[in-house]
Amino acid sequence: MSTTTPRTPRTSIRHHGGVLRGESGAGWLFTTPMLVLLGLFLVVPVLMALWVSLSDWNGNGSPFRSGVNFIGLSNFSSVLGGGGLSEQNFGEALRNNAWYVILVVPIQTIVALFLAVMVNRQVLRGRGFFRTAFYFPSVTSSVAITVLWLFLFSQSGAINKLLSWIGVNGPNWFQDPSGIIQDGLAGIGVKNGPGFLTGNSFLGVSWWDWIGGPSVAMTAFILMAIFTTSGTFMLLFIAALQNLSGEVQEAAMVDGASAWQRFRLVTLPQLKPTLFTVLTLGLIGGWQIFDQIYTGTQGGPAGTTVSPAYLSYTAAFQDQNWGQGAAIGFILFVIIVAFTLLQRAILRDRPVSKRRMRLYNLNPSTRLSGPDDKDDPSHGPDDGPQGGPDPVAVGIAYENINRQGN
Amino acid sequence: MQRRNRWLGAGALAVIGALALSACGSGFNSSSGGSSSGKLTSSKKALTVLIGSSGPAETTAVTSAVASWSSSSGTSAKVIAATNLNQQLAQGFSSGKPADVFYLGTDTLAGYASNGSLLAYGDMLKNKSDFYPALVKSFTYNGKFYCAPKDFSTLQLVINQTMWDKAGLTSADVPTTWAQLETVAKKLTTGKVVGLSMNGEYARIGAFMTEAGSNLTSADGQPTANSAANVAALTYVKKLLNDGVLKYAKNVGEGDGGQALGAGKAAMTVEGNWVKGELSADFPNVKYTAVPLPAGPAGKGTLSFSNCWGIAKGSPNQAAALKLVEQLTTTKDQLAFSQAFGVLPSVQSAAAQWKSENPTLIPFLDGANYAQSPPTAKGAADVVTNFNSKLETLATSDPKTILDAVQKNLQALPK
Repeated sequence: MSTTTPRTPRTSIRHHGGVLRGESGAGWLFTTPMLVLLGLFLVVPVLMALWVSLSDWNGNGSPFRSGVNFIGLSNFSSVLGGGGLSEQNFGEALRNNAWYVILVVPIQTIVALFLAVMVNRQVLRGRGFFRTAFYFPSVTSSVAITVLWLFLFSQSGAINKLLSWIGVNGPNWFQDPSGIIQDGLAGIGVKNGPGFLTGNSFLGVSWWDWIGGPSVAMTAFILMAIFTTSGTFMLLFIAALQNLSGEVQEAAMVDGASAWQRFRLVTLPQLKPTLFTVLTLGLIGGWQIFDQIYTGTQGGPAGTTVSPAYLSYTAAFQDQNWGQGAAIGFILFVIIVAFTLLQRAILRDRPVSKRRMRLYNLNPSTRLSGPDDKDDPSHGPDDGPQGGPDPVAVGIAYENINRQGN
Repeated sequence: MQRRNRWLGAGALAVIGALALSACGSGFNSSSGGSSSGKLTSSKKALTVLIGSSGPAETTAVTSAVASWSSSSGTSAKVIAATNLNQQLAQGFSSGKPADVFYLGTDTLAGYASNGSLLAYGDMLKNKSDFYPALVKSFTYNGKFYCAPKDFSTLQLVINQTMWDKAGLTSADVPTTWAQLETVAKKLTTGKVVGLSMNGEYARIGAFMTEAGSNLTSADGQPTANSAANVAALTYVKKLLNDGVLKYAKNVGEGDGGQALGAGKAAMTVEGNWVKGELSADFPNVKYTAVPLPAGPAGKGTLSFSNCWGIAKGSPNQAAALKLVEQLTTTKDQLAFSQAFGVLPSVQSAAAQWKSENPTLIPFLDGANYAQSPPTAKGAADVVTNFNSKLETLATSDPKTILDAVQKNLQALPK
């Protein structure tokens, strides 16, 4: 930030001479309050936490006083290895949170997109009502929803009552530490994992437990996250949907694309930037779950709802392992950044593949009554890979027409 | 021109950073120099008392006791009921402005004592010899008696009298051995009621480990988690679980054993003396009897839990804080606390009067003579949490494997 900001005026000064000479100073003047705030509440604490994660500070007095020693990466190494309790706790927290993210992020994105498309339909009556209803959980405090969830999912709660009507004996949700995949396997008679899974472990947690799925208690939290955040992301999708031009849809309709094809090949590609935002926000939020755990289960049952963020808090404030608490925070930071970069790489705009390209290189003899590409530059194969989604739709439309024609 | 601007910007950032750092630094450093000469600090400053209260009754009782001390001593003092005691204590210590007097559990004592946050004032107490020796030991770290035990609680067996009578049992059937406990638990188990229910955690099951003659650590703090006695205790509990005569409280849909007993889902429970307040508040019509836990292979045993009144080394008014603690641990104040929120007085001189006031709870106080404390080493709380999570699945696990893991974790703790 500090390096990019001054660069902008460089060109302007060069171009305009002395007229804008004072602007750089003014720019600094106007950004100073924000820089001070960011520095004071973000940069300085982060640097302090970094120091704590590398020191043997024990919570008494300033981390910068004499007597606090630099101990290198030993806080990190005791969390990431060594076979001790710290490693095992971190492994379990990571396992719990990984399952949470794996299930919450895709499902909430799909649900949000589905709700947005439904609510965005012109024919739907009372759209305003549905929009508000779906968004409502998002504006409610997560603590309130957690408490509500504890009641709904108690052993004699409403959910189990509902399940009992269809003959299902519901679990004691927030007290059940068994993994749902292991439960499923036990249902078909597999009670103990194979030796190569139970015998080997990563971060102090056996592979059998890694793949055991989220605990029943964590599953309740997963449902809650989907319930609350889908509304938020629905709003983002609605905003994006309303920005889409209706003409493209009409063009695809004229070309004979079915509703599902229009959604998959016309609408969805145009929503890619929003999809990236939603997935990234979901991923970051998913790796940071804390308040539900803190108010709901405090990590129980059997430590299956501990998240790294909650573990970082308990390591510091309850166990007085300040260095390890800070180290866990930094490891979490690395995880989130790594996943975001990975996701960006996956979702980046790629040149159209050869297979897809073949759709556009249509043999003129098979053309029936398609639109005249030469006259309409917004349609047709000449647009090339940068032309956005419409050529795809048109390609599909041709394909359809060909099929009907044959 | 351009170059100079950029340097100016970088310089501004550096200055801002330095200012921010020094501002934080000064806040932290202001009172880190505690007295190490053995003389107590003394000043006119008001005292802050930070308590982790169990509810309004406790807050009111402590507030009025502190207020009456204030008016007689002339030193003003303010009671703060913490919403999260551990967190608020930690924040106080790291900012260099801790509360002067505060509740401190046995599980956090070692951490704060080892990092020099606490004043080891135990030997300066006038009523030092009046405290139960077992409690004094719980609050001794590295040979120093750190803080005055505030009060304590022990575990015993609590029986639903109505169900007991209905099953045709008399006072002669009160179990005194593990085998007898199993027998009556079986008799009391009916369709909807389980004979025995308790929390599936070390703070209950540990009592059986002491009855078997062991505990997670020995008297001198050495890890003994995987001793044969502990394996025997867990094996016994596992058998009760698998026989269906013992169920963990959460598995009958209740928060703890006391509620399971009160709600009529269990006929017996292993709970502490706080069960009196719990039952009279939520289930006033339930008739219950407290009896000593049955003796195990090695005789009687139970666990005791205690808090002490910690005094911060960084307090500017340690002398007044010590006087306040002496007042709060007098027989009179402790009896008042006991009446208000059901704790056991930590001084022996209060025992006689307490027993006459609480005839139904006598077994709990008698437990003080043979009770053991949970492990107190720094980091032991984390090990116990991990142990608890494994105890939840005790019914399907191997006791020796569980205890071996606990032993390994305890041995890994810094000495």
